[in-house]
Amino acid sequence: MELRLTLSNGESLLLILGIPVLLLVFFGTVDVLPTDSVTDDPVDFLVPGVLALAIMSTAFVNLAISTGFDRHYGVLKRLGTTPLTRAELLAAKTVTLIIVELIQFVIIIGVGLALGWRAGDVGVTSAIGTSAVAAIVATVAFAGLGFLLAGASSGLAVLAAANAIYLVLLLASGLIFPLEEFTSPIRAVVRLLPSTALGEITHGAMRTGAATAAQAWIVLGVWAVITPIAASRFFRWSPS
Amino acid sequence: MPVIDVSSLTVAYDSLMAVNGISFQVAAGEIVALLGPNGAGKTTTMEVLEGYRTATTGSTKIDAADGSIGVLLQEDGIYPAAKPRDVLALFRALYGDAGPTVDELLQRVGLTERSGTTIRRLSGGEKRRLGLALALCGNPEALLLDEPTSGVDHAGRALLRAAVREAADAGAAVLITTHELNEAQRLADRLVIIDKGAIVAEGTPDDLTKASQSSGIRFTAEEGLDLTYLVIQLGAQITEVAPGDYHAATRPTPEAVAKLTAYMADREIMLGEVRAGRHRLEDVFELLTSSSQDVADPPT
Repeated sequence: MELRLTLSNGESLLLILGIPVLLLVFFGTVDVLPTDSVTDDPVDFLVPGVLALAIMSTAFVNLAISTGFDRHYGVLKRLGTTPLTRAELLAAKTVTLIIVELIQFVIIIGVGLALGWRAGDVGVTSAIGTSAVAAIVATVAFAGLGFLLAGASSGLAVLAAANAIYLVLLLASGLIFPLEEFTSPIRAVVRLLPSTALGEITHGAMRTGAATAAQAWIVLGVWAVITPIAASRFFRWSPS
Repeated sequence: MPVIDVSSLTVAYDSLMAVNGISFQVAAGEIVALLGPNGAGKTTTMEVLEGYRTATTGSTKIDAADGSIGVLLQEDGIYPAAKPRDVLALFRALYGDAGPTVDELLQRVGLTERSGTTIRRLSGGEKRRLGLALALCGNPEALLLDEPTSGVDHAGRALLRAAVREAADAGAAVLITTHELNEAQRLADRLVIIDKGAIVAEGTPDDLTKASQSSGIRFTAEEGLDLTYLVIQLGAQITEVAPGDYHAATRPTPEAVAKLTAYMADREIMLGEVRAGRHRLEDVFELLTSSSQDVADPPT
């Protein structure tokens, strides 16, 4: 049911597939974005960033909005009257996230390959393998954030906040613009964001093959521990 | 052994006593209506039974197997973008695919032809019917239905009453809350009348009206009648309590009623309604919930 509702919802599809693919195709073909010191090819720069963006769209924004409205409309309260446990509900939402992200990976990498992405010296298979591990950790971190936001606010407030946070993370995480474009103090701050950490890992895995700085893995891991704990503490199943 | 047991239940919010020491039970196969005006404490009581609210003191118990409780919330949330057939299939699966099939459930609540319509496009009454169908998944041993016929049209109510009665006949203990007297009277085996958080009366509709005797004769006719001669004949004061609604302060004997109808017949005045003897349930309810006085008026 969760998967079917996600894939049949136009707004969800726009968020989780439309926007990432649009960004990749547009900025991959119209060379207006700055790239970094590793490559001049915008597609090579964009594919890892757009994959990270797609994970964030699904595991944070889409989850926060759908769960927020489920809570607002009383769906969660209604499900609470059935034998379904909270753990089972969270597991169902998590499985949905994983399946959707698999679909995203296939489509985005397919579009990237069509635009000429060759994963530099790393090779496509190796690039995908490391990114998959990062994707799992990032999914836990972002899902925790999504539940935290959805459980603390009303449906419309969640919608507004999730989109606002998404925009900030999009612009400030090195996913679309290289981190080198930021000044040093700002770079130090944004490197603490889970989206930046994920972007650094996917960039490293999919472009140079170089081991990503440990800081990025630590930052992502810490978020993956803190946000689920906070969500389980503060999430309320009904607005009242 | 009751299936639903509420014992000395109290629920307090700060200084407000929403439920004040109520006790009642529902047996298997029985339909009990918790009846009361808005704010009486019905939904609060129901929410404690559902597990969404904590009792301040007292206890509630539902003696049913795990997962064998069907619930219809007052504001029933269902996935707006889903379809009735899909949601019923989901809920049946949550109950181990036991009990009536999806098609049977849709038929019981009259939604077969709307089974493929997105839930947000259903009317309020149709959503309520779907809510009841969801509550019936898995053949529950206990049913908690909060305002089950709210917003449902006449035909839909008949279907819902039949579905609830069928569940009770199959052995479920059914507790409904309602502020609609007619629904309570038609559906429930027993009524528990609650006002300001306390039970003011309990019994079958027949028991409640039998215990309450009217102290006069009420009748309706055209407004502003000159009833001077009737007053003399009855030897009692007649008051027009509302336009066209009259009260004769006399013992409601057959002779008095005969004098009244003969008077009206002689003058070819149409009578709308004559009530004497027992109060209607509506009158009992008004007497009990406007102030907590004794049900039976002393005879004059």
